[in-house]
Amino acid sequence: MPRTVLEPRFQVEHLSILDSDGNLDAALEPDLSAQDLTKLHRGMLLGRRLDERMIRLQRQGRIGTFAPIKGQEAAQVGAVSTLRPSDWMVPSFRETAAMLWRGWPIEKLLLLFAGYLEGGQPAPGQNDLPITIPVATQLPHAVGLAYAAQYRGDDAVVMAFCGDGATSEGDFHEALNFAGVWHVPVVFVVQNNQWAISVPLKKQTHSRTIAQKALAYGLPGLQVDGNDVLAVHVACREAVERARRGDGPTLIECVTYRLGVHTTADDPTKYRSVEEVEAWERKDPLTRFGVYLQKKNLLDEGLADAVDAEIAAAVERFEAFGAADALTMFEHAYAQRSPQLETQRAQLAAWLRDGTGANAPDTTVHPSPPMRGQRTTRR
Amino acid sequence: MPKLNVVKALNLALLQEMERDEDVLVMGEDVGVDGGVFRVTEDLHRKFGSKRVIDSPLAEAAIIGAGVGMALYGLRPVCEIQFSGFAFQCFHQIENHAARYRMRSQGRFSVPMVIRMPYGGGVRALEHHSESEEQFYAHIPGLKMVIPSGPRNARALLVSAIRDPDPVIFFEHKGLYHAAKEDVPDEIETMPIGRAQLVREGGDLTLIAYGAMLRLAREAAETLAEEDGVQADVIDLLTISPLDRETIVASVQKTGRAVVVHEAPRSFGPGAEIAASIMDGAFLSLEAPIARVASWDVPFPGFAREKANVPDLARVLAAARETLAF
Repeated sequence: MPRTVLEPRFQVEHLSILDSDGNLDAALEPDLSAQDLTKLHRGMLLGRRLDERMIRLQRQGRIGTFAPIKGQEAAQVGAVSTLRPSDWMVPSFRETAAMLWRGWPIEKLLLLFAGYLEGGQPAPGQNDLPITIPVATQLPHAVGLAYAAQYRGDDAVVMAFCGDGATSEGDFHEALNFAGVWHVPVVFVVQNNQWAISVPLKKQTHSRTIAQKALAYGLPGLQVDGNDVLAVHVACREAVERARRGDGPTLIECVTYRLGVHTTADDPTKYRSVEEVEAWERKDPLTRFGVYLQKKNLLDEGLADAVDAEIAAAVERFEAFGAADALTMFEHAYAQRSPQLETQRAQLAAWLRDGTGANAPDTTVHPSPPMRGQRTTRR
Repeated sequence: MPKLNVVKALNLALLQEMERDEDVLVMGEDVGVDGGVFRVTEDLHRKFGSKRVIDSPLAEAAIIGAGVGMALYGLRPVCEIQFSGFAFQCFHQIENHAARYRMRSQGRFSVPMVIRMPYGGGVRALEHHSESEEQFYAHIPGLKMVIPSGPRNARALLVSAIRDPDPVIFFEHKGLYHAAKEDVPDEIETMPIGRAQLVREGGDLTLIAYGAMLRLAREAAETLAEEDGVQADVIDLLTISPLDRETIVASVQKTGRAVVVHEAPRSFGPGAEIAASIMDGAFLSLEAPIARVASWDVPFPGFAREKANVPDLARVLAAARETLAF
């Protein structure tokens, strides 16, 4: 009764097509049209420029805390560009470029980060979930969506995003396990940006790659250069096609880097070196893709101005949105307000109108009999 | 005595307890090199090293679950959950295990751990960063639920929580972290868990609050004294569970009127338990219905609407005046 090898040695692949200097592995180059390539570039640049604008808006107090994406544009745009509009996108909280690609208006994102839940409402028919904050908790939803799509006989694919830190959470592993067991059409895209706030990847996992975690759950895992939009696109296209033809889930690990702060409340100088950041700045996804486009004579010099104008117009629409109507907070707690919520809404309305009633006991709707020992100084 | 804010006061408590007892260790996300996202664990990593100040992987359930294991072994882990809104990812470890091991093992094992979490609003961030969830923990038998209101009691209560033989959920209001400085003595102070403080003595009305809402209660009491000639008792609960019914009841027996203020939603919140306790102990003294000033029964509506949701001074004053006029 000897020990026998049950599994052959696993292999985890890494895919890179365009290196940080813009050199191309022509054999792996995807057959994207000029229009596709310029659209990818526009999506990445819009993400970058909006990110920079949002940091200024935050510093000016016009929006609240948010998580910048700088450095991760290729990982996001390369991935979502493989989806059909009818597919589903499940974001975490650092997917601005992916959300823009999926059709979220800029002013909605700004509204959300300015504390207006209106900004988190997907448009009718838009198959995107709103931002999820608690880390990794959105991943089981993606599996459920994929199960439901399969159940209904739809050919929709679900793409879910998370970061390297999320791969330590139970929900990540539970989602991968369910996806494997159910064999559902979901693609997990891990943006491995090396840092979960102050915790570096080597303190997050003892695995050499995140991609290999998929193998334990019986699904393919592939690592790609996440700053190479072509590699991300190729890897995700393969995974999306696999999911769509019924061959099950995939995990794609995009190796990238958070060039900026975790959120606008963070100070990265506490935990990482300037040299490290500079080394990754030399691997900027936009720079190398710019070189690639230039070689193809596809670089549009006026693009930055056009993108900035689009952002400026959206900022104006955002600022014209007006003050928040407090009473709308009662609109979406339930499909139908309970009598108790109806009362509370009326109390707040009275309070906002003339400063009365906000603290009246809930007995205003169903008056209770007078209490024993009650004073006669009743209003 | 140095003047410290709440962050520095909590840091002092951790530092001194770690110096005093090498079984005390700190664990959580970003508590080490970064010193915690609110800097409560600043410098501890440098002083005590990564074995005692553990930058854990990002997993609330494993932070609390491993903390339970350490506590079962006899250590005294102080676990930090980065925001109380993220603690639902470890709620099963808290409810299923931290709260129950003493009962389950019939006293053979205990879980002397502290779970620190920032809670409460006013931070201009997305959801799960601004909520108040003390009612969930207060409702769980086997747990203690503590919420300090200022630097000195924050330090003393954290020391007591670390030394407590049972699991303590320790909520820190984000709005209080840098709100004010207070004299905090160098020598270690403790404060009894389970005891409220009468922080202002009046006689006409009892205002009951805790955490950041205590400031509103105090301000309301001062305004009522100036503008209405009314003197209010103000009670700082400090511990939500076990509730100090004695202090509350003694005050309301005297005043006959009570207003409870909390940031958590109104229904099934601490105010309901406090009101029930008053009914039990001071029913015949009551001159007016017990008023609750709380957030509305809605999920966090976004910070643009936070002001209309979270109690403010005007609402506390209005409730107090309605109660007085009843």
